[in-house]
Amino acid sequence: MEKIEFKQLEENLYHETLDNGLEVYLLPKSGFHKTYATFTTKYGSIDNKFVPLGEDNYVSVPDGIAHFLEHKLFEKEHGDVFQDFSKQGASANAFTSFTRTAYLFSSTSNVEKNLETLMDFVQAPYFTEKTVEKEKGIIGQEITMYEDNADWRAYFGLIESMFHTHPVKIDIAGTIDSISKITKDLLYTCYETFYHPSNMLLFVVGPMDTSEMMQFIKDNQAKKTFKEKEEIKRQFDEEPTSVNEKKKVLKMNVHTSKCMVGIKESNPTKQGPELLKHELTVNILLDLLFGKSSDHYQKLYDDGLIDETFAYDYTGENGFGFAMLGGDTAEPDKLAERVQKILLQFDPNSIEEQELERIKKKKIGSFLRALNSPEFIANQFTRYAFNNMDLFEVTPQLEKITLEDLKAVAKDFIKEEAFTTCQVVPK
Amino acid sequence: MKLVDERTYTLNGINVHTIPTNKFKTNTIVLKVKAPLSEEDVTVRAILPYVLQNATESHPQPSQFRAYLDELYGASLAVDLSKKGEDHIISIRLEIANEKFLKDSTPLLEKGIELLSEVLLKPVTEGNGFKSATVDKEKRALKQRIQSVYDDKMRYASQRLIEEMCAAEPYRLSANGEKEKVDAITSESLYSYYQNMLKTNDIHLYFVGDIKEEEVDEYVKKYFVLPDQDNKVTSSITQPNKEMKEPNEVIERQDIKQGKLNIGYRTNVTFKDDLYYALQVFNGIFGGFSHSKLFINVREKESLAYYAASRVESHKGLLLVMSGIDFSNYEKAVTIINQQIEAMKQGEYTEGEISQTKAVIKNQILETIDTARGLIEVLYNNEVSEADKPIEAFLEGVENVTKEEIQEVAQMIELDTTYFLTGKEA
Repeated sequence: MEKIEFKQLEENLYHETLDNGLEVYLLPKSGFHKTYATFTTKYGSIDNKFVPLGEDNYVSVPDGIAHFLEHKLFEKEHGDVFQDFSKQGASANAFTSFTRTAYLFSSTSNVEKNLETLMDFVQAPYFTEKTVEKEKGIIGQEITMYEDNADWRAYFGLIESMFHTHPVKIDIAGTIDSISKITKDLLYTCYETFYHPSNMLLFVVGPMDTSEMMQFIKDNQAKKTFKEKEEIKRQFDEEPTSVNEKKKVLKMNVHTSKCMVGIKESNPTKQGPELLKHELTVNILLDLLFGKSSDHYQKLYDDGLIDETFAYDYTGENGFGFAMLGGDTAEPDKLAERVQKILLQFDPNSIEEQELERIKKKKIGSFLRALNSPEFIANQFTRYAFNNMDLFEVTPQLEKITLEDLKAVAKDFIKEEAFTTCQVVPK
Repeated sequence: MKLVDERTYTLNGINVHTIPTNKFKTNTIVLKVKAPLSEEDVTVRAILPYVLQNATESHPQPSQFRAYLDELYGASLAVDLSKKGEDHIISIRLEIANEKFLKDSTPLLEKGIELLSEVLLKPVTEGNGFKSATVDKEKRALKQRIQSVYDDKMRYASQRLIEEMCAAEPYRLSANGEKEKVDAITSESLYSYYQNMLKTNDIHLYFVGDIKEEEVDEYVKKYFVLPDQDNKVTSSITQPNKEMKEPNEVIERQDIKQGKLNIGYRTNVTFKDDLYYALQVFNGIFGGFSHSKLFINVREKESLAYYAASRVESHKGLLLVMSGIDFSNYEKAVTIINQQIEAMKQGEYTEGEISQTKAVIKNQILETIDTARGLIEVLYNNEVSEADKPIEAFLEGVENVTKEEIQEVAQMIELDTTYFLTGKEA
């Protein structure tokens, strides 16, 4: 077991790669009651074209299948795994993103038992035609719920506007039509391919004896057999650098309009430290331009174009990346225009060293605040690891970012042809 | 084992609470200002913290003020309003990094306390009021905030249920106030409300983090100097239970895809009652968790919904059910939900289900106190209801709940209002 010390943060991380390929990380947190564990596979909604384990040819699977599989893993021959967790005093959950499916629990007692339940249920699929059919009703209601959610529609509408072919544009849950095509055999195909331990990461954070915990995990894994690990072949269609459409307007039953502006990453191939530096730099740039302490934010607020829902965010993964800015607004066209103008007229030479230092301080403090949360640590650490980055490099990397870095990123990232907007307006 | 080490004392008219712990990387300071919820004041009170968080005398421009927060290593300042029973509570939270985790060892706690005191006590004024440009801007934002509930159908349906159910009680009011009352607010009227608030409201100040109590005392003494307290308002008068008539059914139509079914029951039990623990266990078996009757019967067995859950409004004694369903499944879902209430009244739950539910509730409480904010909310519940339920006693109380007590609570529960937000067609 490898021990990685973060002296300034007073944290120690323990790591081991097991024989079956599973990456295990343990972060002891004394003083906390809760233990939080995530068991995550590098498989999300974008992985819809791949070569099934043991086969030679690519197959395409229905939209929403990764999310459907997430739901179905909880059901076993003996019943529902949620029940097992709650009998052991734990609360369990799961989520599917573009690139990951995570299963998790948190509990303040019976930690080893709950951890065993987590590893065992994820590693023992049980799908039948009958239960697959039943789930279509539940997920159908989940999809319908999101159709009425204006924020979700604006968010996904913007992504659809950005991408021509990349499956990131497909709603994570799929559609009622696409999920109707899901069968138990297809679920097994996806499961066998993507749930190999060598494609997964287990993260446990909480009060613990790390040696005992690691041994417990190793013993559990040693009892199980897995096929030989194979490299997973995923296929994505060629995605143009241009945006799919410049503007989309959705009419919904709302009182207030929403407006989101997107900026599409033109060359989203960065991984590892390069991606870490890039995303931190883009985030600093967005903060400088649109943070609450910026003149632009104050002006937009004073002019009545934004309110406290205004937010911005950058997403970067292997194969796609984008920034989005926006929120509720009385004047969606005007807000889109102003935001785009601010971006285009931005002169990187105008930034002063002290502004950069101020934003860096803010980011370092926010990162410390986030480290109070076991959920943040486990979920983000996993996302970082799947992109070959290290969560605990955030502060050192932030400290290293220079004005020159900001200028380079501004020049590369802010381009008019990469802009798109999506609005939700009252019917 | 003592789970929380809380010390409470009164200083300058403020109730100070310190909870030292070294498990966080930040220090959290929360200010709670309480007054009875009233039709007359709800809107002016709702705008006040948003005006206050714009700027202070020493940082009079909002961008300067925000830049100063950035300089304090991204100290986060947030305000919000909530209801606890018939009380209307302003919360102002400041979370600030503990410098021992930074390379730079500038002491941040004192600066944080000073800044929070300025937010409360040194607003930017002009003439006899707040700066009118700020008030105007915040009036616009408040209207948008009130209106935004309409656009979130889940929140909208919950709010509509309460409005219908508590039509004759102050509790019907939304913590964010009423849109029609916003225009009448002036910078002068708001300022005079503010001055009165400082003199009469019940104020609590919580500190959670790696703090030294002497240090906190010193800073509170130095910075939180309030005007003389007169006519202190005590806790609001708890409304007597509404006389139960026939259950009410409200159906509302909108252009939407999914129906929102919200059902409200009167539990006749509140936070300070002895039966409160049994109510929590009742709710857990009925609809609080994924092993509960609602989840199993509405979602898992019938596939009618993605979510079907219940929660307790602790200080008001309400049990609220919420679910998203197809328009056509209204009757079916209502029948199944009422059958679950009936099953609860009949005592149809096993010792196994009871102990499972107790374990999950205990887990939930311990998890809540693993966050500074959650811990403060848990402790503040005691202040609001003038109850004495420290966390250890709470856990014990839940543990000791018997099957008979759960059934006793079940018998007291009365259906009040069924609200359904459904589609335009049909």
